Amino acid sequence: MSFVERTCSCCGGENPEKARIDAILAKYAGVKGALIPILQEVQSLYNYLPKDALEYVAKQTGTPISQIYGVVTFYSQFHLNPRGRNIIRVCQGTACHVRGGKNILLALEKELGIKAGHTTDDLRFTLETVACIGACGLAPVMQVNEDTHGRLTPDKLPGILAKYQ
Amino acid sequence: MQHIRAHVLVCGGTGCKSAGSKEVQLEFAKQLEQKGLSDEVMIVETGCHGFCEHGPLVIIYPEGTFYCRVKPEDVEEIVESHLFKGRIVERLLYHEPLTHEQIPSYSEINFYKKQKRLVLEHCGAINPEQIEEYIAVGGYEALAKAITTMTPQEVIDEVKKSGLRGRGGGGFPTGMKWQFAANSVNDKKYVICNADEGDPGAFMDRSVLEGDPHKVLEGMAICGYAIGADEAYIYVRAEYPLAIKRLRIAIEQAEQMGLLGENIFGTKFSFKIHIKEGAGAFVCGEETALMASIEGRRGMPRPRPPFPAVSGLWGKPTNINNVETFANVAAIITNGADWYCGFGTEKSKGTKVFALTGKINNTGLAEVPMGITMREIIFDIGGGITGGKKFKAVQIGGPSGGCLPESMLDLSVDYDSLISVGAMMGSGGLVVMDEDTCMVDVAKFFLNFTQSESCGKCTPCREGTKRMLEILTRITEGQGREGDIELLEELAGNIKETALCGLGQTAPNPVLSTLKYFRDEYEAHIKEKRCPAGVCEKLSNYFITDKCKGCGLCARQCPVQAISGQPRSQHVIDAAKCIKCGSCMAACPFKAIVKG
Repeated sequence: MSFVERTCSCCGGENPEKARIDAILAKYAGVKGALIPILQEVQSLYNYLPKDALEYVAKQTGTPISQIYGVVTFYSQFHLNPRGRNIIRVCQGTACHVRGGKNILLALEKELGIKAGHTTDDLRFTLETVACIGACGLAPVMQVNEDTHGRLTPDKLPGILAKYQ
Repeated sequence: MQHIRAHVLVCGGTGCKSAGSKEVQLEFAKQLEQKGLSDEVMIVETGCHGFCEHGPLVIIYPEGTFYCRVKPEDVEEIVESHLFKGRIVERLLYHEPLTHEQIPSYSEINFYKKQKRLVLEHCGAINPEQIEEYIAVGGYEALAKAITTMTPQEVIDEVKKSGLRGRGGGGFPTGMKWQFAANSVNDKKYVICNADEGDPGAFMDRSVLEGDPHKVLEGMAICGYAIGADEAYIYVRAEYPLAIKRLRIAIEQAEQMGLLGENIFGTKFSFKIHIKEGAGAFVCGEETALMASIEGRRGMPRPRPPFPAVSGLWGKPTNINNVETFANVAAIITNGADWYCGFGTEKSKGTKVFALTGKINNTGLAEVPMGITMREIIFDIGGGITGGKKFKAVQIGGPSGGCLPESMLDLSVDYDSLISVGAMMGSGGLVVMDEDTCMVDVAKFFLNFTQSESCGKCTPCREGTKRMLEILTRITEGQGREGDIELLEELAGNIKETALCGLGQTAPNPVLSTLKYFRDEYEAHIKEKRCPAGVCEKLSNYFITDKCKGCGLCARQCPVQAISGQPRSQHVIDAAKCIKCGSCMAACPFKAIVKG
């Protein structure tokens, strides 16, 4: 069933998600170059960009879906698949690299049993790499959600991960 | 009026926040309240002081006492001892890494002594979320001077005379860029501030935006007046949430005071600034790609000409400068071009902010006059190499720059000298490497970065960097062949000459400069299948020697249970399980674990 045809699970009325996307679209109505901010806000609703939501945005803004797909796949910030409850971003910037950032990533991959760019089956963690978060003084660093953890060693990782359910 | 006898400045930059400065600040508020000092001691959350290695930083005025690595549990002692009894808490003072000397005052620390802070002048000294504090230190005077006493051409002439060059990497003369945009006749023009600071290891733009956002806004407005633009965009990385928040606050406050918006200072000049958040693409730091991204498209560069000054954002004449460039403008207008020319060298005027990172004692931001030597930056300001190791190379200019060896340490740091030795100023990242760094691995690291950030539009960059990366990967995995070095050089030359934009044209630089100065390391990898620094995993392993006493510490530290053995007898490492993290080596009290 497509996005617009779906009904609200509690009252059977109009899909409430549609109203939320409509609100975003209304905010940017008539604004030049608004596609990226629209996608950023839609993604913040779902944590990723569901296909039917993108189709809805395409229809309402008159932008071809191919063009939207092009933009979504170009920028690393956009995601087409569901993501975990906790997002781990391991810094692989230069400063972290020379201070052992690679080993932190390898240890995380072993610990979580997934490769960078993937999500654990229980949707608890998504593991990503980032080019630099600018906290080079604390290298090697990783971010879990909004928290930055610095001066990491592989043995500190299990303790840090345990804080995020 | 209440009398404030002391100010406690707590750094609220990203580095210090990550290290826990918010908790320190809350603890200060609590302790001051409990001790009844809230009315006489004021807490100020400032922007970045640049000395990130030693964060969270706390500075107490009027004395200017500088405390580093302050934890919430230290706060009670600082309040009791310093603010109550007037006694400095010596154990929290900064110790010079080379002399072990204790330095109580901010201005006496070597890290700051050799700096000349023009761009970072107010970072860490004012509250960036209060426009009044910026105005109190002379903020918006330059804008007032420009639009009420100077013609647009006079502003451009002053910037030209100052010799200011673009701080984003290329080093193009800023005044000339403004002149081109001013000469384009159109009823609509744009100013863009490029804050898409994507170079790994560079964070000066973020610190300026977080610590002194009005300075950038003022520079943009002066530019708008000079070229005849009434609208502007700041394109900021989405990874910089604090910078975005502070910019929003700054724009709102400036508009409320009539310093931005309609009819500024009661003149006909209006200037509206929008914030545009990037969505994660390194190539968007290239100006034509950046404009495509603002327009809501894939951020891919296009051939120039036409240059943005003729046909830029939505086809209108546009002037794009970097954050640090705009941050220089107000001081030039206020103090005049002659004053500005007093700093720097003949062809590179003013100062440059560098982000010092890597194997260096004082990680952080340092602003120095152009023409200083690399040795002064690394050893006097940066405090030398961590752990007493030997200096090997410094990488300057991020993925577009190059690695310079020890013999280049006395080189003057300016645009032209750096280009002449195969590096470039770039955005100003300085990554220091010691003897434990493998230069082939570093080259591979940068190429891996540019390769994955290549937008794919032109073939040399899309395919060429991929082939180069494949060659480098096989060299680091022990599969290097005779002729690989020559092949790398040939490919690099072709890519440099034929790629569409700056990303591709400079992508081979890290490989070429390491080949130039560290060719022997490539040869050791290819001919001897050996990584001299012991970094390349496939060419090295960890072993436990007979020095092992069987204490089991290493086995407990190992995150992947790769170490086994009976108590009090020599342990062994299972090479198949080992992830080469080095935890065991660090944990061993008998130095029984070696890498080779």
